[in-house]
Amino acid sequence: MKRETIYEALLKIISPYLPEDVGEAAISPGSDLIRDLNINSSHLVDIILDVEDHFNIMLEDQDMEALKTVEDALGIIEVKLGTTGNS
Amino acid sequence: MSRRVVVTGMGICAPNGCDLDRFGQAMSLGVSGIRRLPELERLGFRCQVAGQPELSEDIINQYFNKVELKSFNSTGLTYGVIAGMQAWHDAGLEVPSPEAPDWDSGIVFGTGVLGSDKFRESILLVDQGQVRRVGSSAVSQTMASGISAFLGGKLGCGNQVTANSSACSTGTEAVLMGLERIRQGGAERMLAGSASDCGPYVWSGFDSMRIVPSGFNEHPEKASRPLSASAAGFVPSGGAGALLLESLESARSRKARIYAEVLGGSANSGGHRNGGSMTAANSEGVQRCIRGALADAGIEPGQVDLINGHLTATAADPAEIRNWTEALGRQGREFPYINSFKDVLGHGLAASGSMEIVAALLQFGVNLVFGNRNAEDLHPEILKLVDPSRVPGQNVDYAPQYLAKASFGFGDVNACIIFKRFNPEAL
Repeated sequence: MKRETIYEALLKIISPYLPEDVGEAAISPGSDLIRDLNINSSHLVDIILDVEDHFNIMLEDQDMEALKTVEDALGIIEVKLGTTGNS
Repeated sequence: MSRRVVVTGMGICAPNGCDLDRFGQAMSLGVSGIRRLPELERLGFRCQVAGQPELSEDIINQYFNKVELKSFNSTGLTYGVIAGMQAWHDAGLEVPSPEAPDWDSGIVFGTGVLGSDKFRESILLVDQGQVRRVGSSAVSQTMASGISAFLGGKLGCGNQVTANSSACSTGTEAVLMGLERIRQGGAERMLAGSASDCGPYVWSGFDSMRIVPSGFNEHPEKASRPLSASAAGFVPSGGAGALLLESLESARSRKARIYAEVLGGSANSGGHRNGGSMTAANSEGVQRCIRGALADAGIEPGQVDLINGHLTATAADPAEIRNWTEALGRQGREFPYINSFKDVLGHGLAASGSMEIVAALLQFGVNLVFGNRNAEDLHPEILKLVDPSRVPGQNVDYAPQYLAKASFGFGDVNACIIFKRFNPEAL
């Protein structure tokens, strides 16, 4: 799967969890989900469940701990899909 | 310290109306919120009629944002939040700034069980070995304090934010708890209310106990018959009601509209003794509760001119009337007007007290006693105690002054509150 395809899918997954005053345009690869995008930390669990459903993968506790930014998520998904370096 | 407390805001999410205007109109016209529900029919319920608030997606979207609605599946939370927000805005209060909570405003919002549909979702996932998929809001949608917690965040309330639970007396008890806190100087404003889920999972136990009517599935609006000789059990329902209680000083200082003064009240239990049990009331407990409320309010039994009873449309209705006659020492023509709103609302369980208080206080504003809609055949035991004119079947043009409201619940628990028409001139 192409990196751009994953990124686009990720944007669609993340944006419903943005607070009212944060627009989708605020999301960039370097955005920290909690610090920059102001997403409620409890919703990280839901984002991970949505990621799992969409990509048909399973994230472990250590993946969740390592997931701070959009880019982190991208990397973790690529590893799980076995597509690292293929993009 | 004992301060005067008034009602400055009300909110409602009821089977026959989900805003004050529509609800007030429905109550004064006797519009029933009881309908036959296909889901209950499909599941083989004996009683297939029930009362359920009807909410469009548009209305829900006014109160919940898209993040909150993700994986949302809690009817009681929906009703409670809508009623609570309405009461706050109806009182003319602003939402405090994002920086600082309002330390003088608190919430007590009760429930019996919350989010039963959401809880079922979790149970099914857990049983499939999918605990990790339960999601982040399973707790906040099912905890007993889910409504007060949600409202506390929306409204920035910095005083006590809590939930009470006492079965079908929950709503009346919540108002009593809010009253106490303001009286004692612990808060200036308390949002007090209660909510109950709708749906087969909350209603199933009552269906199984056979205390619900099974013979009215073709005539939903006739099914709930408080005070009637043909009463056949209570019709389950759900929803929410909320009052914004406020110290008289606070209400005056911001020139708030005042619906009524809360004079006082009482809560007790019959201790499952002398006829009391998990499901039945000890009459002595009920009478003590009513007399305790009068004493706390500082009024004489003769001053009460309107009662809104618990009166669920079971065999307990005549016993409740007897308890009122004995507690007040008044019978026949000397008995005050009495009505039950369960005829059109059904029995809202934990929400019954708060929904009925909202309806009861609306009577002050329109100078009416709302009629009992399905009591054309008054129960003979009731007719032995009070004159039929005191149990009107139609609205009565009358300006009530002192309203007594009582709710009783499983566990042999009782709550009674006395409200007074507010006269702005008289201090």
